Amino acid sequence: MPNFETVEVTTDLLILGGGMAACGAAVEAAYWAKKHGLKVTLVDKAAMDRSGAVAMGLSAINQYIGLKDGANTVEDYVRYVRNDLMGITREDLVYDIARHVDSTVHLFEKWGLPIWKDEQGNYVHEGRWQIMINGESYKVVVAEAAKNALGTDNIYERVFIVEPLLDGDRIAGAVGFSVREEKFYVFKAKAVLAAMGGAVHVFKPRSSGEGLGRAWYPPWNSGSSFYFTAKAGAEQTCQEVRFIPVRFKDGYGPVGAWFLLFKSRATNALGGEYMVERADELEKWAPYGTSKPIPANLRNWLGMLDVMEGKGPIYMRTEEAIQKIAASAGDEKAAKKKLRELEAEAWEDFLDMTISQAILWAGQNIAPEEKPSEIAAAEPYFIGSHSGASGAWVSGPEDIAPPEYNWGYNRMATIKGLFCAGDASGASSHKFSSGSHAEGRIAAKSAIRFILENNTQPNVDSAKVEELKATILKPLETYEKFAPMSSDPNINPNFIKPKDFMFRLQKIMDEYAGGVSAQFSTNQHLLERGLELLEFLKEDSEKLAASNLHELMRCWENVQRMWQAEAHVRSILFREETRWPGYYFRADKPNMDEANWKVFVNCKWDPNTGEWEMIKRPIISILD
Amino acid sequence: MPSFVILEKCDGCKGQDKTACQYICPNDLMVLDKETMKAYNRDPQMCWECYNCVKICPQQAVDVRGYADFVPLGASVVPLRSSDSIMWTVKFRNGTIKRFKFPIRTTPEGSAEPSGGWPDGPDDINGQALFTEPESLGIPEVPTLKK
Repeated sequence: MPNFETVEVTTDLLILGGGMAACGAAVEAAYWAKKHGLKVTLVDKAAMDRSGAVAMGLSAINQYIGLKDGANTVEDYVRYVRNDLMGITREDLVYDIARHVDSTVHLFEKWGLPIWKDEQGNYVHEGRWQIMINGESYKVVVAEAAKNALGTDNIYERVFIVEPLLDGDRIAGAVGFSVREEKFYVFKAKAVLAAMGGAVHVFKPRSSGEGLGRAWYPPWNSGSSFYFTAKAGAEQTCQEVRFIPVRFKDGYGPVGAWFLLFKSRATNALGGEYMVERADELEKWAPYGTSKPIPANLRNWLGMLDVMEGKGPIYMRTEEAIQKIAASAGDEKAAKKKLRELEAEAWEDFLDMTISQAILWAGQNIAPEEKPSEIAAAEPYFIGSHSGASGAWVSGPEDIAPPEYNWGYNRMATIKGLFCAGDASGASSHKFSSGSHAEGRIAAKSAIRFILENNTQPNVDSAKVEELKATILKPLETYEKFAPMSSDPNINPNFIKPKDFMFRLQKIMDEYAGGVSAQFSTNQHLLERGLELLEFLKEDSEKLAASNLHELMRCWENVQRMWQAEAHVRSILFREETRWPGYYFRADKPNMDEANWKVFVNCKWDPNTGEWEMIKRPIISILD
Repeated sequence: MPSFVILEKCDGCKGQDKTACQYICPNDLMVLDKETMKAYNRDPQMCWECYNCVKICPQQAVDVRGYADFVPLGASVVPLRSSDSIMWTVKFRNGTIKRFKFPIRTTPEGSAEPSGGWPDGPDDINGQALFTEPESLGIPEVPTLKK
C-alpha cells in the first residue's frame, strides 16, 4: 500500500462540501456552535471561493418569495413546485425552504452581492420568483461569510471525501484523501452534514471532444452526496427524477432571462410555436399539464415532439423579443438607448454564468438583436436543487411535517446524525442557489440540536478505517504494479483508467437508460440489459488505476457516478409509468398512472447485504 | 481547448508553493510543471470554461480558446476583474469588438459579517427561527401552518 500519512481530525459537526448549501450550513452552525461550545469542521474538495455549482457566478437568484412586501406567500411557492414536479413533492420540505429563503437573500445583499433595483428601490424581478443580480462574484461573497464564520483553521480544502464511517446505526464521520499531498484523512464527528452537490457526466454529453466538459451543471459534480449517503445506508428518493434543461445549444447559456424577462418566443424552423401548436398534448398530462405555469418537463416535451417530427432546429427568437421591447420604449432615440441596455443585459446574462455561450455567440457572429439562436435539450443531470428532485429521504420540520415525514430532526436522513442539504436532499426541488443556502442553514441548526441531545463521540473501528484506507488508495497500487508491462499508460489488460471507465458508464446510460442519442426514451428490456452491463462495470471498478492523486480522485468520482447510475436505472424500472415525459419516456409505459404511481419511489442499499430495496412512500399534501 | 497558458507570460507564480490558477481551479486541472516553471491545464476535456484561472492570474497568462468541437475559430472573451467590477472584451470572429463593465460586489473584500448586522433571533435551538430571524426576513415571525 502507498505510504500515506493518516491525519485524524475529531470534531462535533462535520460539514462535507463547500458550495451554497455548505456555506449556509457553515454560517448557521458557527453561531449555534459558539453558543454551546461545539466545534464545526468543513471539508471541500476544491477552494471555497470558487467551488460548487456557483463557481462561475450566476445572473439571477431563482428563489425569492418577497414575504416582506406581501408579494407572494410561502403556500404559493409550494403549489408552484408541486405542479412543476407533476405532483411528486415533499411539500413540508419545500414550505420550510420557502419560509426561510428571503432571509438568506437579504444576507447575501448585506454581504455585498449586487442585486438589481428599480427606481423605487425594489428588487428587479426576472419572473415571479426570480430576481436579477450582478452575480460574477456571488460564490466569492457567500464563501467569504462562511469562512469568516468558521475561521480558516476549521476548513480543509482540496480534501476529497469518499466513504462514510458508521457506529452501528449512527454516522461517525468520513474518510478521504488530500488531492495535493500524500495524506489520508479520517474525520470523526458526532453529526455529519452532507452537501456535496449533484451528479454530471453520468450520461454521455452531447459534446464528446474538447466540449465534453461543457455540461450545463459543472463536471466536478460527480454524485459525491448520493454515494456518501447511500453507502451509509440512507434511504434515497426521486432517483428517477433526472433534470434535462433546455438551453442555448452547445454553450448551454441560460434561457430564463429570455423567456421571462425579455418575453421571447421559441419557434421551430418553420416558424411554428410548439407551445401553441401542441397545446392539446398538455391535456394528456392533466391536471399538471393544464395548470400554469406549465411544468418544465412538459415544455421540454412539446419541443422534443417538434424535433422528433423533423421540425428542428428550435430557435429562441431573441431578435424579435429585443426589437419589440426597444420599439415600445418610445421615440427613435429612446429605442436606441433601450436597445443598448438590453444588449448589455443579454451579454451579462452569459458572462456572469456561462462564458462559453458568449464565446460561441462571438465565434458564430451572433448579435442577439439581429438573429435568433438555437436552443436544445441538454443531457440528463442529477440535481435536487433545480427542477430535478433526486436526493436523500430526509425528515421534515416538526411544526409542519406529517408524522410519516418526521423522525425527530429536520433534514436528518434515515441514518442517525446524518443531515443533508442542497442537492443532497431529495423531493424538495426548486431551491436553486438561495434555497440551497437556506436549507444548509436549516440542516445545520438541526444538526447542532442533534449533537446537544446526543452528545457522545461515536466509536470508530480502527480496523475498518485501515480497510477503507487500503481500498481507497488501491488504484495507485494497481497502476504502479501493472503499468510497466505496457507501452501505453492507459492501455493495459490489468486495469482501466478513470476516463475510460467514465466513457463506458456514459455509453451504457446513454443507450439503455434514455440519454441524448436515445432521444430520452427507454423501456423495461433496455433498462434490464443496462443493469447487466452496469454489473460488469461494477466488477471492473475494482481494477481502476490511478497514476497520481488527481487520477485517484477521478477514479472515485466515477465510482460515485456509477452508483448514481444504478439507483437511477432501478428507480426508472420500478416506476411503471411515464410521469415526466420531457425528462424521460418509458416507451413501454407511455402514460401517467395517477391511481398507482402518485407516490414517491424510494430506494435503499443495505450495507450488510449489499442488496437494493425499492420502496413506495405516500404523497401527503399539507396544502389543498 | 478551454483554458491554456500563454508560455511567454506565465512566471509560475514565482516559485510559490502553488500557482494562483492551481489554487482556484474547481476541477483540479491547473498544475505547475516544475521543470519549466509554467502552469498548464492537464485535462482540457474536463474544463467547464469557468474562467476562474483566467480571472485570478496575476500575469494575465491564462486565456481560453472556445471548444474546438463546436466553436468556430477567431473569437475571444477576455475579462479584467478588479475588487468591485469586471470588464469584458468580446471579440467576434468577424472582428467586431464589444466591451461591457459590470459591478461584482458592493462591499470591501473580506468584510462579509456572517449575521449581516441583524440582531440575534430568539436564541431557541428547538424553534424554527434561524439565528438572524425573524429580523432578516423582514416580517414579525417565521411563517408556519396551522395543523
